[in-house]
Amino acid sequence: MIRFDNVSKTYPKQTRPALRDVSLEIEKGEFVFLVGSSGSGKSTFLRLLLREERASHGAVHVLGKDLARLSNWKVPQMRRQLGTVFQDFRLLPNKTVGENVAFALEVIGKPRTAIRKTVPEVLDLVGLGGKDDRMPGELSGGEQQRVAIARAFVNRPMLLIADEPTGNLDPQTSVGIMKLLDRINRTGTTVVMATHDQQIVDQMRKRVIELEKGRLVRDQSRGVYGYQH
Amino acid sequence: MRAQFVLSEIGVGLRRNLTMTFAVIVSVALSLALFGGSLLMREQVSTMKGYWYDKVNVSIFLCNKNDKETSANCAKGAVTEAQKQDIKSELKQMNIVESVHFETSEEAYKHYKEQFGDSPLADSLTPDQMQESFRIKLKDPERYDVISTAFAARPGVQEVQDQKKLVDDLFNLLNGMNFAALAVMALMLVVALMLIVNTVRVSAFSRRRETGIMRLVGASSFYIQMPFIMEAAIAGLLGAGFACVLLVSGQYFLVNNWLVDKIDVINFIGWDAVLAKLPLVLAIGLLMPALAAFFALRKYLKV
Repeated sequence: MIRFDNVSKTYPKQTRPALRDVSLEIEKGEFVFLVGSSGSGKSTFLRLLLREERASHGAVHVLGKDLARLSNWKVPQMRRQLGTVFQDFRLLPNKTVGENVAFALEVIGKPRTAIRKTVPEVLDLVGLGGKDDRMPGELSGGEQQRVAIARAFVNRPMLLIADEPTGNLDPQTSVGIMKLLDRINRTGTTVVMATHDQQIVDQMRKRVIELEKGRLVRDQSRGVYGYQH
Repeated sequence: MRAQFVLSEIGVGLRRNLTMTFAVIVSVALSLALFGGSLLMREQVSTMKGYWYDKVNVSIFLCNKNDKETSANCAKGAVTEAQKQDIKSELKQMNIVESVHFETSEEAYKHYKEQFGDSPLADSLTPDQMQESFRIKLKDPERYDVISTAFAARPGVQEVQDQKKLVDDLFNLLNGMNFAALAVMALMLVVALMLIVNTVRVSAFSRRRETGIMRLVGASSFYIQMPFIMEAAIAGLLGAGFACVLLVSGQYFLVNNWLVDKIDVINFIGWDAVLAKLPLVLAIGLLMPALAAFFALRKYLKV
């Protein structure tokens, strides 16, 4: 599903690499937490997965494809098999909940009848059944994140990438979001989630990958947030 | 590609940048109107050239008895019958000459009356004051200098005049105006393109949230760029449409209803010439802004 072979990334005009010689493999169906302090390279890791950036050295394989060899015009096809969720939800404020989810299907040219059928289904799945016509501004943060997850999942992606999805939410709401992500993971979707939320990581007991100053310092199955001293 | 979705995006974009869109339309309209106008002007000049070069003569003006004091060439008095015969027979032998017409002073008087009948000067003239002249039609209007060197210094000849030079001055003036129009057009077109680039930049910035999401969910770059390019193309097409209206109304009001009545010695270009330019104007109006938008997007829109 995902393989990093000695991956380094140095941004232009910077001397210190954001990622240094990272090698790891993530299997299909896994749930992986990506932890580390700010500036540790978590965001760079995710950007490489999405091919927003290319690795300076080493090879990144996602969904069986070598991203360095993927030509630019094929990137959209690759991204259709990924779902992405962010801390700031990234919803369109002038579109309803249903339209926001439908937007993801419209722009990749799905037929209207399929969209009309799929959108309520996926909203049901994330627990927002019947809220199709609400505007994002009328919803709570947790509900907005559910809309974002619905949009990310509506294509039934093989891989869901979440960048601090609970970063803006209170602990109770976060638990709800984590339950949802866990349910999505159980359908067979691989989930990679960057987070700072110690409580969540410790509760879920999933694989934990820790980055520090761009290096992979820990890769632990059924791990916890901090070092076990 | 879902047409309705794209169309609604374009509508939103055009309305969001209404003032910019308006500026683009006006500058495209003006530059293309100038472009079409100068194309038509060029065509007008070349038809006029054909028309006038057929009519222009080289004229050999002969000395009149009144010219003795006013013209140095005529110091020996009026031209004699023998001199006239000499010139005439010599002209007939030259193979660059197509035809020779001798204009008597009576005829010259008549022509003068026709042209300047209203002026008070015409009343004081008498036929015997008018110069006699040979009107020579050349096979090739450029060979004027042969006639000039042969006859300019001949006794009895006051002056050899090439009418082509007179009309050439007019054509040069028209061509100069044409170049000026083209220069203004080029400037306007640059302004229009810069406006389009700027519009695209603003538009890409104000829609960065949408395009960002489109990118994330895997919309193709063509799909993301399409609304921007279509916006520019539609604005350009509207501008080109206005340019066409300007050209057509220029022909209708300026040429057909005004110049034709005022100046009857020129045959003006007709509707066929004007209509033939319109598709070109529309095509340029559509393609140039679309291309400008396309290149602007490469800079301002990450896909």
